[in-house]
Amino acid sequence: MTVVGSSPARVGGVERVTGGQAYVADIRLEDTLHIKLVTLDVARARIGAIDTRAACDVPGVRLVMTTADLPQPMPRFGPQRRDRPVLAVDETKYHGDPVAAVAADSRDAAEEAARLVRVEFEELPAVHTLAAALAQDAPLVQDPALRPKDPQAETNVLHEHRHSWGDSDAAEREAEVVVEGTYTFPMVTQFAIEPHAFMAAPDGDGIAVWSAIQHPNWLQRVIADLLQLPLAKVRVHAPDPGGAFGGKQHAKYEPLLAFMALATGRPVKLVLSLEETFQAVRRGAAGVHVRTGFRRDGTLVFRDLEADYLIGAYADIADRTVAKGSYTSMGPYRCPAVRIVARSVLSHTVPSTAFRGFGNPQQIWAVESNMDEAARTLDIDPLELRLRNLARKGEAFIPGDTPADGDWAQAVERAAELIGWRTPPPAGRGRGLAVGLKSGPTTGLSYSTVRLLVDGSVIVSAGTSDMGQGARTIFAQIAADELGAPIEWVTVVMGDTAVVPYDQQTSASRSSVFMGNSILSACRDIQAKLRAMAARLESVDEEDILVTRGEVRIDERVLPIRDVLSRGLGRLGGELIGVGEMRKDAEPDHPLGGTAAFYEFNCTAVEVEVDRETGDISIPWYVTVSDVGKALNPLQVRGQDEGAAVMGLGHTLMEHYIYDDAGRIRNLGAIDYRIPTSMDLPLRMDSDIIENADGPGPYGSKGMSEGALLPVAPAVASAVRDATGLSIRNLPLTPERVWRALRDASG
Amino acid sequence: MTGELRRIDMTVNGRARAIDVLPHHTLLEVLRDDLGLTGTKECCLVGECGACTVLVDDVSVDSCLMLGVEADGASITTVEGLAFGERLHPLQQAFLDTGAAQCGFCIPGQLVSAAALLAETPHPTRAEIEEGLAGNLCRCGGYEQIIEAVAAAAAAGDHPGRAASTGHAGVPAVGDRASTPDAELAPQ
Repeated sequence: MTVVGSSPARVGGVERVTGGQAYVADIRLEDTLHIKLVTLDVARARIGAIDTRAACDVPGVRLVMTTADLPQPMPRFGPQRRDRPVLAVDETKYHGDPVAAVAADSRDAAEEAARLVRVEFEELPAVHTLAAALAQDAPLVQDPALRPKDPQAETNVLHEHRHSWGDSDAAEREAEVVVEGTYTFPMVTQFAIEPHAFMAAPDGDGIAVWSAIQHPNWLQRVIADLLQLPLAKVRVHAPDPGGAFGGKQHAKYEPLLAFMALATGRPVKLVLSLEETFQAVRRGAAGVHVRTGFRRDGTLVFRDLEADYLIGAYADIADRTVAKGSYTSMGPYRCPAVRIVARSVLSHTVPSTAFRGFGNPQQIWAVESNMDEAARTLDIDPLELRLRNLARKGEAFIPGDTPADGDWAQAVERAAELIGWRTPPPAGRGRGLAVGLKSGPTTGLSYSTVRLLVDGSVIVSAGTSDMGQGARTIFAQIAADELGAPIEWVTVVMGDTAVVPYDQQTSASRSSVFMGNSILSACRDIQAKLRAMAARLESVDEEDILVTRGEVRIDERVLPIRDVLSRGLGRLGGELIGVGEMRKDAEPDHPLGGTAAFYEFNCTAVEVEVDRETGDISIPWYVTVSDVGKALNPLQVRGQDEGAAVMGLGHTLMEHYIYDDAGRIRNLGAIDYRIPTSMDLPLRMDSDIIENADGPGPYGSKGMSEGALLPVAPAVASAVRDATGLSIRNLPLTPERVWRALRDASG
Repeated sequence: MTGELRRIDMTVNGRARAIDVLPHHTLLEVLRDDLGLTGTKECCLVGECGACTVLVDDVSVDSCLMLGVEADGASITTVEGLAFGERLHPLQQAFLDTGAAQCGFCIPGQLVSAAALLAETPHPTRAEIEEGLAGNLCRCGGYEQIIEAVAAAAAAGDHPGRAASTGHAGVPAVGDRASTPDAELAPQ
């Protein structure tokens, strides 16, 4: 009986249901100063004089920081390019770009003073659409001086990614049917219910930073670099984020707070308003043109894809989302000739960053819709068209990358079977289906330690962030099984760089695989020590001893690990310490710097009803099937799968930023920007999984937290197409958009 | 803008509290900042997300929309007041059992809204649960498991012997926590 594969109570669950879980905003430090950002209600503006006198006169105000108080030249940071200043320099680049910040004894005083900071400014032309940013005479978002040796520095194209294989010109001549279209994907925001929160405080001869951050070690490096401190003098506390979804991967205002803490000598705290989080993180919008050639029997012959991603004013990790998202634009299909061109286009908008799916949902919306339209053109069942072209397990469907690592047809068949694909839908309903594929992590490095204490209890230390995916529980399950401890006897320590070993990052659905394997190897390290211990105690050769999950076997005898441990440690007690490592090195010649550690694959099938009077789409039935390798914790797998689907319904049906002509966001906050509620759910939702233990993670697992989000939009649009005959190529499918399309179609 | 402190008397999680509050501070600020009851969460501050939901005289309220001084004389129940000491409220247990708490940030509000729903409607239909929780956003998208949890807690309410000492059909009445030392449950 193992705890892996079952669903024990979430580690950290009791804290979450009693209000005891301390998120960053809940942590109080003595003598804390509260920070309020000073922003302008414009997108792009030349910053003039800043008058802080009235603000400084507010009782309790200790500091109004402007660029004059920061080192010169202005320190800049960013995971891909060091282009983001600690505070805006010379001009604001987007609506919400902070120009100053107030530190005061109370939030009230900080807010009042922030309103009293007088900033002279001159509004400048801004670009907030692809067309405007790519226009010949478009104002440049980034100073070309920041992009030395970059031939495109005099344009707003930050980077162009090209990837291709096969002879496209020859393939084009072979194609019997070509289907093409242009699809757009809106700007949407992560909208974690926990707004980003940060603290910083002087800490001896170094600094301590608190952040709801996914990558504590990355943040440690950024702060050390900016403050010119040794890494060991930067302590990052990373309490479990209250939702992150990619938006909390990389540093945002932590550098500002670090400088303010050092300037005031006191702890400082910034809790963003929800509106400010909209101005801190978002997903890249995209315009994608896709052109696909087929034989009449549906066999894929070629694909051309041109994608422009509208990223923000600073790169953050956005260009990586473009590279990685576009790279898999052929999806899970075999195709002899593929040309992919994807551009990261800078704009005067909120810096886009990672968001569940990491650049993939944008192109999957286009290519799976294109497949669906092709099925209609070819008069082939959309299910059959996909099955015909789906790569088989082991097939090198992307030349030079990891071959197909799952029997993906099983997931497609299961989804089709669950929704009754081969029987007609009920009257008045349309039915649709789509698949999503995402390349998992391409590199990784996760260290861990596992300590087996004298009484058999276990402490696992891991640098992963548990942001809701349930990493703590997975790690506890692995250690419990491997070391024969009840799961209640396992403590998982995370979220403090001074205490836990290095982990590269919590992203790309990697942690069960990377940190899971690391912890597994730490447990194996302990098992080896137990084996040596048992050999010594029993005077037998190590070769004759087998330490398996929870047991020491010597010939026919089976000894509980705890017995061997207590005898072996002897009167002084102590513990056994295992060190774990999981490493996947970079491959410099690979377009992404590394092959996929695994693929996430999902097939989604839905039924919809479209109200022809209002354009409203309702979803009576929703089926999601993910290939997960092995469900280490089925309840958590289901939570991630359904959660990803519901999140995907947001950008599919309702979510989008609305800008005015000047580039200001007009729907900041929860009233004007709607996300799915309990009233927006499908009437029935079935989440199922395929388990063939064919993943690289512990016990054959794969990452799976993003898969179900990938094909939501094309699956729903496919069902709308089935119900109405309309191909709507712009998201979200709001009632207004659907109603207009219906009206236009009826002429 | 600070204004004069005003003395208010409230019963919070069964315990009488007399505190001096600023007249412009919301009940949410009073609970979190003045009383240290940080289980109630701050997100949208416009009454749309439900993360700050508490019971005021047994009615669920977005505490970001109510001034602290308006709670003078009221009985408040926060998520910290749902459990009976070490024993979880059936809703809390059900949320654990169904995996409903993912990141956990919305969960205090979900639980309080669910408690209000079950107090009013002990055996809700699925549609009634969806409607009862419509004001509580969950960005983890864990609504299915949350709805299952509420349904399970409601069903368990029929089970004799479970939470037998309490009100509505076995689901403990909330706001009756005279013995609950909320200051001990409140995190630092």
